[in-house]
Amino acid sequence: MTDRIKKARRQVNQNEGLIFEKSAPGKRGMELPPLDVPAVDARAVLGAENLRDGVEGLPEVSEIEVIRHFTRLSTWNYAIDLGMYPLGSCTMKYNPRVNEFVARLDGIATEHPYQPQELAQGCLKILATLRDCLLEITGMDAGTLQPAAGAQGELTGLLLIRAYLASRGNPRKKVLIPDSAHGTNPATVTIAGYEVENIKSDARGQLDIEGLKKEVTDDVAALMVTNPSTLGTFEPRIAEAAEILHSRGALLYMDGANMNALAGVARPGDFGVDVMHLNLHKTFSTPHGGGGPGAGPVMVKKHLEPFLPTPVLTERDGRPYLDANRPQSIGRVRAFVGNFGVLVRALAYTLAYGAGIKQATEDAVVNANYIRKQLEDVYDLPYDSPSMHEVVFSDAKQKKFGVNTMDIAKRLIDYGFHPYTTAFPLIVPGALMIEPTESESKEECDLFVDAMRSIAEEAATEPETVKTAPHSTRVGRLDEVGAARKPILRWKPMAAVEPTSKSAAAEPARALTTPHK
Amino acid sequence: MYPSEYRYTKEHEWVHLEGTTATVGITDYAQHELGDVVYVDLPKVGSALTAGKSLGTVESVKAVSEIYAPISGEVTEINATLSASPELINSDPHGKGWLVKVKAAAGSDAKGLMDSAAYQAYIAEQGKEASA
Amino acid sequence: MRYLPKSASERQEMLDAIGVRSAEELFHSIPQEFRLKRALNLPGPLSEAELIQYFRERAAENSVGYTSFLGAGVYNHLRSVVTDTIIQRGEFLTSYTPYQAEISQGTLQAIFEFQTLMCELTGQEVANASMWDGSTATTEAVLMADRLTNKRRVLVARSLHPEYRAVLKTYAHNIGLETHEIGFTPSGQIDTAALSVAMDSDTAAVVVQSPNFLGVIEPVAQIAQVAHASEALAVVAITEGVSLGLVRPPVEADIVAMEAQSFGIAPSYGGPYAGVIATRDKFVRQLPGRLAGQTTDAKGRVGFCLTLATREQHIRREKATSNICTNQALFALAATVHLSLLGKEGLREMAGQNLAKAQYALAKLEEIPGVKRALSGPVFNEFAIRLPRSVRLVNADLLREKIIGPLPLGQFYPELTKCGLVCVTETTPRAEIDRMAAAVRRILAEPLPGSKN
Repeated sequence: MTDRIKKARRQVNQNEGLIFEKSAPGKRGMELPPLDVPAVDARAVLGAENLRDGVEGLPEVSEIEVIRHFTRLSTWNYAIDLGMYPLGSCTMKYNPRVNEFVARLDGIATEHPYQPQELAQGCLKILATLRDCLLEITGMDAGTLQPAAGAQGELTGLLLIRAYLASRGNPRKKVLIPDSAHGTNPATVTIAGYEVENIKSDARGQLDIEGLKKEVTDDVAALMVTNPSTLGTFEPRIAEAAEILHSRGALLYMDGANMNALAGVARPGDFGVDVMHLNLHKTFSTPHGGGGPGAGPVMVKKHLEPFLPTPVLTERDGRPYLDANRPQSIGRVRAFVGNFGVLVRALAYTLAYGAGIKQATEDAVVNANYIRKQLEDVYDLPYDSPSMHEVVFSDAKQKKFGVNTMDIAKRLIDYGFHPYTTAFPLIVPGALMIEPTESESKEECDLFVDAMRSIAEEAATEPETVKTAPHSTRVGRLDEVGAARKPILRWKPMAAVEPTSKSAAAEPARALTTPHK
Repeated sequence: MYPSEYRYTKEHEWVHLEGTTATVGITDYAQHELGDVVYVDLPKVGSALTAGKSLGTVESVKAVSEIYAPISGEVTEINATLSASPELINSDPHGKGWLVKVKAAAGSDAKGLMDSAAYQAYIAEQGKEASA
Repeated sequence: MRYLPKSASERQEMLDAIGVRSAEELFHSIPQEFRLKRALNLPGPLSEAELIQYFRERAAENSVGYTSFLGAGVYNHLRSVVTDTIIQRGEFLTSYTPYQAEISQGTLQAIFEFQTLMCELTGQEVANASMWDGSTATTEAVLMADRLTNKRRVLVARSLHPEYRAVLKTYAHNIGLETHEIGFTPSGQIDTAALSVAMDSDTAAVVVQSPNFLGVIEPVAQIAQVAHASEALAVVAITEGVSLGLVRPPVEADIVAMEAQSFGIAPSYGGPYAGVIATRDKFVRQLPGRLAGQTTDAKGRVGFCLTLATREQHIRREKATSNICTNQALFALAATVHLSLLGKEGLREMAGQNLAKAQYALAKLEEIPGVKRALSGPVFNEFAIRLPRSVRLVNADLLREKIIGPLPLGQFYPELTKCGLVCVTETTPRAEIDRMAAAVRRILAEPLPGSKN
């Protein structure tokens, strides 16, 4: 690595095989207190046909080996705690540690969802307070905290639309999806039992209002829109879009993934949205944890309230109460009340800010615009509309050297950053979607700008360095084709292993299950 | 590159009709656009095909493409080697990478499809549009 | 504000660099009429100490100090502090989905280990990287069976968790899948005769849970046979994973949907947990959710990457196997750490303790006049008992003694009024079992309020 890489430097990093490879009979990582009742004969109690011989594949290792194993693995990851994730539409902001602390309190982590409600008043108050905060932030009338993730929030929202329209005589058949939409949107439409109808964005990458007028027929139940869009720009004519839909009996669904540009500044309920979901693991700081959990609360206008998933949090005798007597409800979308631990974290985040959440929104938008300004001379800006909390460039200028967005992203890893979002939205070929969030200091933003400028230069002067990046990680670019052609999706004891490639086959089978030897 | 006895569709399939037996595959252009093929989803032997409708899919790591039937008829054979070696579609798309054999339905033929010269002109046009 | 790393002067520098006078100008693309003209009306801001105080107050309004005999899909099991230590490491807690494999090998290898453990536990060949929970995993398993068979009917055991059935109904309703319920016999197991009668050539799957909601272990091999005879698939849901330490795994099932909460994940009032779907290799392309696969780089070094992604929403969009994007990765990691700590002997021992304690509790309760086991089938750590009076009334009295008693079953199964579901795990001290039994005995010995005695 040369001096031009300012944020990171290589260091010796521990190897580690699979946990199964450390297993030896007799080792234990966790001991149980002794049994205080008489032992029983499992065969007699369960019946011979129900008895398991042994749990063969679970490893036998000591506590120290478990600690070392997972600690070493963790050091192979990037993390928000280490630096910026410029991932567009992911909102990788700081995950406050006090949130972890309060979620683990006795009396919070320990509660069972079937406790009598009078013994769960603390939990119910947390739910009610969070819901009310989210309603205030979004400008909506009612909501549910049940959905387990954004995609499930989307499904819930569409089912609410269906139930509402069905109650008026005709659930209709289609949902309109802009071509800039996140993949969960069309996937959700199908599961909701609707047909996807794609609508093209206009020349500015925004909702084509004239096109919308033609597309909204009596067959259309709703338009699913992300606002700000996946280009990071506010849809200037969103209220008109709502008008068109409402005048024809259809509804407006908003994907709230980009709420980080709006909290405290504008409210979807004010610009015509009927139903929307929020991603608590984005805007509301709950940790991504390597892929989840999240939560996808859904907020609605009054007319959709009767259809909310059951049970609905209401009040009885002045105290919060979960009401399962909801005849028009769409039913349950998951067991129990929701990802409660995630909801606790989101509430802790919201209470930490109060109305000051607007400052976070402003800082997010300042950071994105700062980065845009510092990079717009070296990276192509396909749309010049104003960016809010994220900016989308394309690799057009680098393409002529044979360098594409994925290459630039991989080279960014050598500079000490996680890649931005590549290849999305679909309407920008070769997209670089960058969202810093408010958690980034000026220093971190400058380091990022610096890295991106340096890579642009490398693309022009030494493209091979970029095209073969990353160079500093434990593994280089992996054979994804081989992984898909001959999937190896679990570890198997030595005898059963088959090689994935010629070079691996040349080594003893054991090497395949021991990475990095 | 593009055999003269084959006919070609706008969706980049080829068909080689010999009497009433047709062999169908995807073109070199298609495999190039798709990248390394990892998996092919083919119809069962005996399935009915309708010209212009999807008969299956071909997958790379990052994309899935529908394969559209160039003619109507009944599937008589599928290329079983593709399940172990999908890469044949990349290395020999017009030969060993064939997908299905079809017994052409009465009245269904390849007359409406492009010949080799027309197809090459077509993909040259596509190439120009892509870089425009 | 402590989460914002910019000073006023830095903000100003950045605004100058952008070329605007204030941050407000950056919001001009939002029409004036929609820009909030007032501050949000929200509680706070709270300092860290005040936040902790707030949540401590909420915690005190819940069930601290009570002994619970609740199970019914959520189980109290021992958890090592090591699990929380690991999952609170910033590199796991605050990391992203491992789409960029080179910088996410820690997460990917852990997922690969999770997938392996789930296969070993369930006796299946391949498992995914997690679903949202057991209820949605079961639902998605049914949707998977529907895609695999192209059939429209699903037979669902009534003894499948009521909330799981409710979720399945919500999803099935919208895509035209018909669900029919099959009842249970006095053993508590599915009525296999009724199942055979109901089975037809348009049935995609049979769905059972084992041990089921009533605590009873189902005859999975037999159920699978009935399903396969009509070319339907057998879907088995598991809500109590610890049972797999002693109970034979559902190897005859085609698809297993498991809730992993029992493996080191706190009850947390209903979530977050971790669902998982495990199945046969031949069905892998219809399996929803992420999959981590082993591969190599150009230098032959072994590594892991997400694979078979064409099943998923970000590529397949409206034709995806599921809309799932965010899953339960951190809690799948918790389960992986927990199972690594316990190991094969630890899990077996834990299961043994559950079995022993439940038998002990059952015996103690059956000593009470008028109290009998309600169902005759084999049980693991939960069982239904029949009381001579309303379970709710008994529970109201038990609450006064800081005991959360059996879950009343009449609300889910009208034929089981005056029956309650009792769960006992390795965490329930013998003294508490004794205390609960003594309390029930005492309560039942008293005349009912308003009765003539």
